[in-house]
Amino acid sequence: MGILFDILSWTCLVTGSFFAVVGGIGIVRLPDFYTRLHGGGITDTLGAGLVLVGLMFQAAKGGVLSAGFEAGPWLVLGKLVMILFFLLVTSPTSCHALASAALTNGLQPELSEKKDEPSR
Amino acid sequence: MNQTSSDHRMAQNASDDRTGRARYSLALGVVLLGIWLLWSGHYTPLVIGFGVVSCAIVLILTRRMNIADEECAPLLGLRPFVYLPWLIKEITLANIDIAKRVLTPEMPINPQMIRVRASQKGDLGRVIYANSITLTPGTVSVDMQDGEIVVHALTSEAADEDKSGDMDRRVTALEGLS
Repeated sequence: MGILFDILSWTCLVTGSFFAVVGGIGIVRLPDFYTRLHGGGITDTLGAGLVLVGLMFQAAKGGVLSAGFEAGPWLVLGKLVMILFFLLVTSPTSCHALASAALTNGLQPELSEKKDEPSR
Repeated sequence: MNQTSSDHRMAQNASDDRTGRARYSLALGVVLLGIWLLWSGHYTPLVIGFGVVSCAIVLILTRRMNIADEECAPLLGLRPFVYLPWLIKEITLANIDIAKRVLTPEMPINPQMIRVRASQKGDLGRVIYANSITLTPGTVSVDMQDGEIVVHALTSEAADEDKSGDMDRRVTALEGLS
């Protein structure tokens, strides 16, 4: 029973770490400020999300394997869910704030198809 | 006669307002208590009593400050549980696509700025829509101008996805105001 949770947990943790690193590679490789925000987006969503889900499996393992009912591990699970929720609300907000500030200060994005939408 | 009917309407609005405010306060109270129980982890009568008193004080303050509204306690019911799985699926697919492009040596990207319509009625719906766009890798909402969101898209596919208006319709349904 415990090994099942460990397999699920470690799969999520390793995949999440992979996406976090890919997000970092994206930030380095992408050409300009606005495109680099998308690299950060990978780390914010699947990277952080999968790491937290992996930790949730660890907490659930503690809850399921404990003799009798213990509130502790399930409270940790609930808190991890709340962390994920707050992360999913705040990280796009900060990302938008960065993009909006850059545009307001006149940083022009490098666009490949200018005909599509004239930038201000 | 006009006078009386408008008086009547005002009274009606005031009572609607009151019941609306009571619903927001109730929702806020339930959420606050739930958070207290989750955060504290000590289930003795004394500590739970502290929690109840704290929540009551916060509720009284929000009533007095007149901030018990949609922003403070969104009443979306169970609709987020329809929207969230779809959003998670979209985020995962977009993540894999962008990760592939970042790791490809020639990096096939096609950055562009597009405008998409935001057909949500309330502020909360618009915030959820703009946040969902930013949360999906490959698209970042940059600006909002009269019912339109300016989106910076990394690839043409990501831009087409937003232009199709699928997410817009789903967030409008989530908002549930129409």
